[in-house]
Amino acid sequence: MARLELTNLHAEVAEGGEKILDGVDLEVESGEIHALMGPNGSGKSTTAKVIAGHPAYEVTEGEVLIHIEEDEFGDDIEIDEDQRTWDLLDLEPNERAALGVFLGFQYPAEIEGVTMTNFLRTALNAKIEEREELFEDEEEDEAAEEDEAGFETSPMEGPADEGEIGVAEFQGILQEKMEQLDMDEKFAQRYLNAGFSGGEKKQNEVLQAAILEPSIAVLDEIDSGLDIDRLQDVSNGINALRDEQGTGILQITHYQRILDYVEPDHVHVMLDGKIAKSGGPELAEALEDEGYDWVREEAYGTA
Amino acid sequence: MSSEQDHLKDTDTEARFEFKKEQNAAVKSDKGLTEEIIRMISEDKDEPDWMLERRLRALQQYQNMPMPSGWPGMPDLSGLDVEEIVPYIRPDVDKREGVDDWTELPDEIKDTFDKLGIPEAEKNALSGVGAQYESEVVYQNMQEQWEEKGVIFMNMDRAVQEHPELVKEHFMTTCVPPSDNKFAALHGAVWSGGSFVYVPEGVTVEMPVQAYFRMNSEGMGQFEHTLIIAEEGSEVHYIEGCSAPKYGTHNLHSGGVEVFVGEDAHVQYSTVQNWSKNTYNLNTKRAIVEENGTMEWVSGSMGSKATMLYPCSILKGRGATDTHITIAFAGEGQDIDTGAKVYHNAPNTSSTIESKSISKDGGRTNYRGLVHIADGAENSSTAVECDALMFDNESTSDTMPYMEIEESKVDVAHEATVGKIGDEDIFYLQSRGLDDDDAKKMIVAGFIEPITEELPIEYAVELNRLIELEMEGSLG
Repeated sequence: MARLELTNLHAEVAEGGEKILDGVDLEVESGEIHALMGPNGSGKSTTAKVIAGHPAYEVTEGEVLIHIEEDEFGDDIEIDEDQRTWDLLDLEPNERAALGVFLGFQYPAEIEGVTMTNFLRTALNAKIEEREELFEDEEEDEAAEEDEAGFETSPMEGPADEGEIGVAEFQGILQEKMEQLDMDEKFAQRYLNAGFSGGEKKQNEVLQAAILEPSIAVLDEIDSGLDIDRLQDVSNGINALRDEQGTGILQITHYQRILDYVEPDHVHVMLDGKIAKSGGPELAEALEDEGYDWVREEAYGTA
Repeated sequence: MSSEQDHLKDTDTEARFEFKKEQNAAVKSDKGLTEEIIRMISEDKDEPDWMLERRLRALQQYQNMPMPSGWPGMPDLSGLDVEEIVPYIRPDVDKREGVDDWTELPDEIKDTFDKLGIPEAEKNALSGVGAQYESEVVYQNMQEQWEEKGVIFMNMDRAVQEHPELVKEHFMTTCVPPSDNKFAALHGAVWSGGSFVYVPEGVTVEMPVQAYFRMNSEGMGQFEHTLIIAEEGSEVHYIEGCSAPKYGTHNLHSGGVEVFVGEDAHVQYSTVQNWSKNTYNLNTKRAIVEENGTMEWVSGSMGSKATMLYPCSILKGRGATDTHITIAFAGEGQDIDTGAKVYHNAPNTSSTIESKSISKDGGRTNYRGLVHIADGAENSSTAVECDALMFDNESTSDTMPYMEIEESKVDVAHEATVGKIGDEDIFYLQSRGLDDDDAKKMIVAGFIEPITEELPIEYAVELNRLIELEMEGSLG
């Protein structure tokens, strides 16, 4: 089990200082699906990026905590009492990823020359290694690092070092996940997002989540630009994340549409940088029918 | 030690590459480039008179030619004093027999592999001709197989002795005459070592012919000459690797490469080179391609203080094809001026040039290219693509593509992109668990992928690792 906790989160644009988040409170637990809705410019994507550690935003107040239960990462990693809560704001983006936080991008980067297979295997191994560094005591850590100097970080596909997932083993994992998502096996040798259609990119984000097995996945408008078939594939993938891996999901969306397939436990409406209203699935339906103005009225007493 | 060398010592990366070998000179010449020195070199090599005469003629041409100047944006060569450098070739010449066994390599060189972090198995593969028992056997089998078909692959010095007719006809005559430029003339006067490859008509050499490390082990890499003759319908891939640093303290490398691609023949020349950062790397590489022949240049240029290198193909016969793939990497204080030249001198010829460069910490890369399509070379086509990747705002990258088109029925395309390593790209990879360094390494590895995919795996690994090493220290 894991729990992501945003408390009174304030953030602004790092260059320019424009204030975007104005006290966000939010809690997402393993196995839950939360929908975060709201009009353009209300701060939904900023919330996602701040959670993941995007350098373009500066947090001026508040906390982003993750609580991890002892068994969160399986038996291989021993988690001491005092290491079960982390403030993500103190950590690098890759360390946040190692703690099980995943951000599904609305506009994922295209990286030429890096095959999906190579990238995903590198990412998976980096996460394993980072976890070891975060949870092992420092002396052991240094010794291990010296042993491995020069080998462990090569982005080239090569023989696996101890504790790493090798090429052959990884092929198996990748193939299985791609079948689940109904993805063509040719994807494995394509360059990361390069030349992917909008739908393929979204599918790829879900695939990455499936492989990295995060505790909490923040999915930023994963439904935009999808046709109905692809929307179903992506939704199936999201549901599988929750049902099979117990991932907690924060689903950022504009539309009710995806919520027909990925049924949320909780729906939050964001207005002007904070959560203006929370409720169950019926809230999303009301938004679909009536827009956001009534929420604004309710929250501020004006329309 | 000069303050510049002190400065070079400052970075970790540099420390890895700055290996110095004691020069145990048997014969020491006076400073300065003189006829006497040239005669000494030639005598030491037991060269026939005709080669000595060529050397002396080249020396004369060298002395009569001005230094290149007036090129827009050309690297600063004012720190280069040829008079100071040339005598250093003497101790090198001394070792012309070379070593053919891994264990005989200087410790410094073996140490280099260790510092590069190359595992034992890879070292064995990389050390090519020498090294381990198994690879030696493989090499010898290959050698016999080639020899039966009439393929010749040997040291250039030996080729002068054993194949004088072939060498006399092709060595710096029609392809790269000493009169071509000042450094070609210098090369003609003092050249030493290198490779000679001859592939008879209709023969395909399936495995790449590799001269990995040879220049180093023979200790004469500074003015090496490579001569490749591929007769009609033959095919060969020649790879020259020199990713380990030079172990000398030289600061001028002026190599010469001449390739003769016969009718319907196919030659690929690949090279991965990494020079110590006090080296001026000034080379002349050229191919003459006959009817329907194909020439492919693949090169990775690393290291050096300044590099000027523009491999050239002369598409002489109808239907001849040329491909250039180049990559350059410039760090602090480095000026890598490289590109390609193609002369379309016959109809239906085609060329593609793909140039990639990476600069960081104030380094400069420049693509300088020339595509010439002669009057009458109708239905010819050329496509040039230059991509530059910069790490920071201090680094610079220029593109100078010259096109001289004298024929109207042609297809010409040029495309250039310049970009900084994107923060969004880095963040994306970081959010997936890669740290900042690894994210940058991955982006760069992807950027150079078109080169690495052309190379055998051990070279690709090596090139990637070298670039990783270059990137270390500046990141964080």
